[in-house]
Amino acid sequence: MKTVYKKPESITNKPTTYCPGCPHGIAHRLVAELLEEMNLTRETVIVWPVGCSVFGYYFIGTDAVEAAHGRACAMATGIKRTHPESFVMTYQGDGDLASIGIAETVHAAARGEKITVVYINNGNYGMTGGQMAPTTLIGQKTTTSPYGRDPKLTGFPMHVPEMLATLEATAYIARAALDSPQHIIQAKKFLKKAFNTQVNGIGFSLVEMISSCPTNWKMTPVEAMERIRQEVLPVFPIGEFKVAEGVE
Amino acid sequence: MEKKLIIAGFGGQGVMLAGELLAEAGKEENKYVTFLPSYGPEMRGGTANCDVIISDEPIASPIISYPEATIILNLPSLDKFEPMMKKDGLLVLNKSLIPREVKRDDLRVVGVDAQTIAKELGNEKAANMILLGVYVAIEKPVSLDSVKSAMKLFLKGKKEKFISANEKALEKGVGIAKEFLGGK
Amino acid sequence: MGEKILMKGAEVIAEAAIRAGCMAFFGYPITPQNEVPEYFSRRMPKLGRVFLQAGSEVAAINMVYGAACTGTRVITTSSSPGISLMQEGFSYIANSDVPCVVVNAMRGGPGLGDIAPAQADYSQAVKGGGHGDYHSIVIAPHTLQEEADLMFDAFDLADKYRIMTVVLVDGLMGQMMEPVEFKEWVDVKKFKAPDWATVGQRDRDQRNIITSLEILPEGLEKMNLRLQEKYRKIEKNEIRFEEYKMDDAEYAITAFGTVARIAKTVVGMARDEGIKLGLIRPITLWPFPTKLIEKRAKQLKFFFDSELNAGQMLEDVKLAVNGRKPVYFYGKLGGVVPSAEDIYKEFKKHMEGGR
Repeated sequence: MKTVYKKPESITNKPTTYCPGCPHGIAHRLVAELLEEMNLTRETVIVWPVGCSVFGYYFIGTDAVEAAHGRACAMATGIKRTHPESFVMTYQGDGDLASIGIAETVHAAARGEKITVVYINNGNYGMTGGQMAPTTLIGQKTTTSPYGRDPKLTGFPMHVPEMLATLEATAYIARAALDSPQHIIQAKKFLKKAFNTQVNGIGFSLVEMISSCPTNWKMTPVEAMERIRQEVLPVFPIGEFKVAEGVE
Repeated sequence: MEKKLIIAGFGGQGVMLAGELLAEAGKEENKYVTFLPSYGPEMRGGTANCDVIISDEPIASPIISYPEATIILNLPSLDKFEPMMKKDGLLVLNKSLIPREVKRDDLRVVGVDAQTIAKELGNEKAANMILLGVYVAIEKPVSLDSVKSAMKLFLKGKKEKFISANEKALEKGVGIAKEFLGGK
Repeated sequence: MGEKILMKGAEVIAEAAIRAGCMAFFGYPITPQNEVPEYFSRRMPKLGRVFLQAGSEVAAINMVYGAACTGTRVITTSSSPGISLMQEGFSYIANSDVPCVVVNAMRGGPGLGDIAPAQADYSQAVKGGGHGDYHSIVIAPHTLQEEADLMFDAFDLADKYRIMTVVLVDGLMGQMMEPVEFKEWVDVKKFKAPDWATVGQRDRDQRNIITSLEILPEGLEKMNLRLQEKYRKIEKNEIRFEEYKMDDAEYAITAFGTVARIAKTVVGMARDEGIKLGLIRPITLWPFPTKLIEKRAKQLKFFFDSELNAGQMLEDVKLAVNGRKPVYFYGKLGGVVPSAEDIYKEFKKHMEGGR
């Protein structure tokens, strides 16, 4: 029989712990496809975060470590510096990366650590029940911004790629979205450049992926994807913010 | 044999260098040695002192509470350490910077106009070495040769040119000590 | 063993670690131990090893955690406030069974405190310090030679038990100089990643996952029981102490690190006056020499514990003595170091009181 579909080699048979309609599955698949295509699966150590993807190592079958909340980039630094021959990637959400872990993230970027960061931004703390994140939109209601995020009290959404792109040592910084097939194909292209950036030893790479959280947004998966297009992408535009020389 | 010395003065007077030299000389003679520095909070110009112990036996506490010998390079250090000294202790004094006399009469005091003499020898900064020479010649914790060979270890490269002036200063100190001992 | 070198305590730590095969240093500057990272920063690149100044102690310990997951001999050094920041990492490292070495050059606290020598992080070090039921092996040298030797043991113990070893020193030991002789260089060419290391699966049959997470209570209990089993094994095999003039002792000082060194002078002073005083010096603060102290309680009139804190090891001494004999205490706080005379005077007060 002709094979028309096969899951990537590193995707395990373990059922995921993600809610129905959650784009983590899409992001996992993109990572796993690229690891296989680039022959990296067995070279790879993934540093998993605290958040919904805390059990990510059950679903993508590479060597893996589980970081403390926000510390993934520091842990990845420790692995990559002592084992430059390994492919080292972190997979982090917006609470983990942009809130508690922003210092570790910025300094890893400023040092030009040769690691790749996959940054999933769904605008809230999904695992803990939908609290406000640094990326929550103005006016967005969450369990800790019940009247909508008020910029006078809590400031404005944090644009991580734009910030990191200002640092000289970053090599590839981009934002993609997981809301539609076209955007997902584009996300994979961005991610491939990010992986290449590390493989070719150029420097720090990060791809933010705008994601949804149907459960905490209290929407159907389709409505949530629509909200990304209508409300999120105008604030968090897709694009490449830094492409250093030699990145392909 | 166990010899305990506190060297005290301003930062920049070579307090630590004199102490480290003595410690290195002790090490070269295969003795047990401890060197414990103590700085004021300032990076430069503050008070500084160090405790040096040289012994034939393993050294327990590296801290000297009641010194049996001191090299004192400035007035605040004299004010601090004079009352703490053991009876009959040796106090080697840099008179160039210390206007007052030693108050106690139960100490062996060698006052040296160290900076003036150092200047005459061509290196004002070698005052510490004159005083160290005095101490080594009187208390004999190590031989003068060991101090000289330690100095070669410390003054390398660009600093090598200071060796001969420092050696002269040490020997000057030895001469002063002999006068002191002979005069007694 | 080579020739003796006159070195600063802080540099002894770094040089001994390098010779013991430490392949990576991650840390953040803090007084009074800056000479340690400075020394590493000079030496490590020349040896093709890793030196990295992190953005904070939090980042530093998590870099250590990452490197430890690859089975690399890795170290961080810091001082009290920095060590407080690292507690999160310590707890994760403990439940991940990965080896590393941490040096704490203790300074006066709490808070920003001062930069003078202290021992006030004893409890934090020996009782865990971070969250959860865990221990690290804690060793406390009292001379620079011992420090040079124990740095090798710190790495060996960490690797043997896949545990964090803490070397507790203080600012005084960091600043002082003493001639030391280092053990032979460990041949790092023989190092290879252990079979549990997360360096990429490559030819391995199984993939390796290192995590401190186990969401099912029964599963986490199992992980905890396994940790406890490891701790019992360490308690059985690795207790180290020094007894100084204890054979005929009627009184004993208990002290560690710098105070123990000063206490040896105190013992000498007492012996000069015909008082049969000895010293019990725990070298491993965890595991603690409980049985030894319990045994010595029989022959002694009382224990006299002295520390640069308000009585932290005192609690462990008292637990070991268990009410059999009085345990007196003399401590100095905030970075003040007592003289041998101070300690002896305090000790004698209790002698006279006992008569």
